Amino acid sequence: MSLIHITEKNFDKEIVHSDIPVIIDFWAEWCGPCQMMGPVFEKLSKEYTGKLKFAKVDTESEPEIAMQFGIQGIPSLVVIHKGREVSRIVGFAPEAVLKQKIDSILKQI
Amino acid sequence: MEKYDLVIIGAGPAGLTAGIYAARYKLNVIILSKDMGGLAATAHRICNFPSYEEIGGMQLMERMTNQALKLGVKINYETVLEITKNKEFIIKTSSKEYSSKKVIFAGGTERKKLNVPGEEKLLGRGVSYCATCDAAFFKNKIVSVVGGSDAALTAALLLSEYAEKVFIIYRQKEFSKAEPAWVDLVRKEKKIKVLFEEEIKEIMGEVKVEEIKLSSGKKIKVDGVFVEIGSVPKLDLLNSLKIRTENRGYILVNENQETNVQGFYAAGDITNNELKQIVTASAGGAIAAYNSYKSIKGGD
Repeated sequence: MSLIHITEKNFDKEIVHSDIPVIIDFWAEWCGPCQMMGPVFEKLSKEYTGKLKFAKVDTESEPEIAMQFGIQGIPSLVVIHKGREVSRIVGFAPEAVLKQKIDSILKQI
Repeated sequence: MEKYDLVIIGAGPAGLTAGIYAARYKLNVIILSKDMGGLAATAHRICNFPSYEEIGGMQLMERMTNQALKLGVKINYETVLEITKNKEFIIKTSSKEYSSKKVIFAGGTERKKLNVPGEEKLLGRGVSYCATCDAAFFKNKIVSVVGGSDAALTAALLLSEYAEKVFIIYRQKEFSKAEPAWVDLVRKEKKIKVLFEEEIKEIMGEVKVEEIKLSSGKKIKVDGVFVEIGSVPKLDLLNSLKIRTENRGYILVNENQETNVQGFYAAGDITNNELKQIVTASAGGAIAAYNSYKSIKGGD
């Protein structure tokens, strides 16, 4: 599944009413660690098709969504299931580490 | 196992410059790094790198990265777990194993943490180690910056563009480590207030940073804590090589960037160079690449 870019317009449809859990990558262009997280996140989005939806929020163009989640540091990955936050990963994580974390979060859901 | 002439560890100024030189020497080279651009990429403003009067750290490191990539250097973003030496060097990462005739270690240093209560819990909720990443989230808020180096002062200056007030908390009596040019700018900025001879003892807050407690017992209400107290060398992955270091843990190198282990070079902030700057790191990377090339060509 490809990455979904979240705006206020599609937030409810893609996040709140999603059938499967969602992981949102809060990022910004000026943030170095976010630039590194980008390709890792995109690669993983292809590996979890059907199990986990991968979404991105540009904190510069969508400050309201970032504020709603109390984001004060990026990159932050927030996992949402049935409209509720279930886990949060702050800071850059390499692919293997991120995969491990995602797998353990999915097991708990 | 992938085989190389040269494996470079670290993609900061030292590693990327080494990569650029190695590619032009036509070595079969790869850079392995856990991050892009190293510490330099998190610098807000760089005003002492020749050819740019002023450039953002991320921007400069993107240019260096692109230059290396264009020359055919492979860069894999993987964490190196262990380096051992048999006939050749074996580099084990989180996903693969590589073998290489020579290694240039340019892994940089690791950011120091405050190690106070509340720091870990409130990471990403007001506690930050990257002012350039997170400054924009503190519009009209009150923040504190811990430290007195160039990095701390530039972080405070960047934050003053967004925040209502910025406290610098520094344990020394004066800014003796920072460039006087930054100290002047900090003194002129009305939003910045400096508290000398103070340290943070605790960061308080339920879901986000609300208050800090200082060594004097004083409490200040803040929304953010930016930690800029320097970095330390981290060499666990080199344990089996028995690399010689000086007493603070930095790798000892000679003028050819050689360590005590044959074929193993080091460059940048991880070495015992006194002036830790982008330009000196780059120079070290170039020298290390040149000497590994010379040694490979000579049949070593």
